[in-house]
Amino acid sequence: MIISVASGKGGTGKTTIAVNLALSLRNVQLLDCDVEEPNAHIFLKPEIKETFSAFIPIPEVDSEKCNTCGKCREVCAYHAIAVIPSNGETKGSVLVFPHLCHGCGACSLLCPQKAIKEVHKEIGIVEIGTAKGIQFVHGKLNVGEVMSPPLIRQVEDRIDPTKTVIIDAPPGTSCPVIAAVKKSDYCILVTEPTPFGLNDLVLAVEVLRKIRIPFGVVINRSDIGDDKVDKYCQGNKIPILLRIPFDKGIALLYSRGIPLVQEKVEYKDKFRKLFDCINKLSVLKAK
Amino acid sequence: MKICITSEGKTLDSKVDPRFGRCQNFIFFDTDTGNFEAEANTNSQFQGGAGIQSGQLVVSKGVKAVLTGNVGPNAHQVLSTAGVSIFTGVSGTVKEAIDGYKHGKYKPADAPSVGSKFGMPNK
Repeated sequence: MIISVASGKGGTGKTTIAVNLALSLRNVQLLDCDVEEPNAHIFLKPEIKETFSAFIPIPEVDSEKCNTCGKCREVCAYHAIAVIPSNGETKGSVLVFPHLCHGCGACSLLCPQKAIKEVHKEIGIVEIGTAKGIQFVHGKLNVGEVMSPPLIRQVEDRIDPTKTVIIDAPPGTSCPVIAAVKKSDYCILVTEPTPFGLNDLVLAVEVLRKIRIPFGVVINRSDIGDDKVDKYCQGNKIPILLRIPFDKGIALLYSRGIPLVQEKVEYKDKFRKLFDCINKLSVLKAK
Repeated sequence: MKICITSEGKTLDSKVDPRFGRCQNFIFFDTDTGNFEAEANTNSQFQGGAGIQSGQLVVSKGVKAVLTGNVGPNAHQVLSTAGVSIFTGVSGTVKEAIDGYKHGKYKPADAPSVGSKFGMPNK
């Protein structure tokens, strides 16, 4: 079973839910796919045993073979290539803008001169380790890189299907989120009962419905704000899986990098119930 | 010699568009004959790469100089690689820009005048 933890809005408590759920279950693997700002390791303090570089393929043009025909520019869906034709005096050239390249390979495949080969460009690293009995994997995007989905996919290549897999997704509703949640059997959407929380929850729900992943909601800081998130969930038949109150003790533990279930043991039960609830909902869905 | 002015409209009385990659129209003006043609910029809605492809368009038209408000880093690289002179900080009408250029009012910009995504809508 693969469970992803996502949210439209940032800072709602995705990592808190992912880490504490992982610590409350047995035979777990946790993947931190928020590769632009991974932070699950702060709470789990894993011992890293293996580190790999993550690459994307980018085009390299052989200027001897290239006749600046412009086909590569034409087929690049991401507008990452410019072709400067020869002006008689100077030889033409091809300019590649690697930050816009998604590594799709169209230019090298379709170059009539076979002048383009793909070279590996490092965009980040994948680290694997163990922490408190949990198998831990996360990705770290290099500073200045913008293309996180390929790194997220390389983190998810490490999924161990014999374990309960928990994925800490990045915030938002764009490509990185979809890359992170796509393989999951169930998605937990973490929100807070505020206008911002609701607005971004609605967006996240639209995404999950579109990609057909079953989901439920965890309301964090549940006793602040108003009841509009509750009403929205009721109206749209979205299960509310857990409520965590606004509690200074929880905030204090968080600020010290201490997982909630380690100090407030009663929460272990709550997270196990959350997991049981997801299991039941999944079984119902399968029927 | 052919020059290009970024423009809000399609006439010589239109205002100079302060963005290069995401300008509304390009005016291609021939300084020898005084003839011009206007072309809508279809790159302006791109999520990314608008400057690169606008630079590409200008280069493929055989333009020798660009008059505009601002140029970002990618467009600057394309234009300068192709040997196109870039004049930023240009404002007023297209006609005024052309006159200013003819009288040597502008200095070539040897560096981009703004960062990436400067011309994105709602920014």
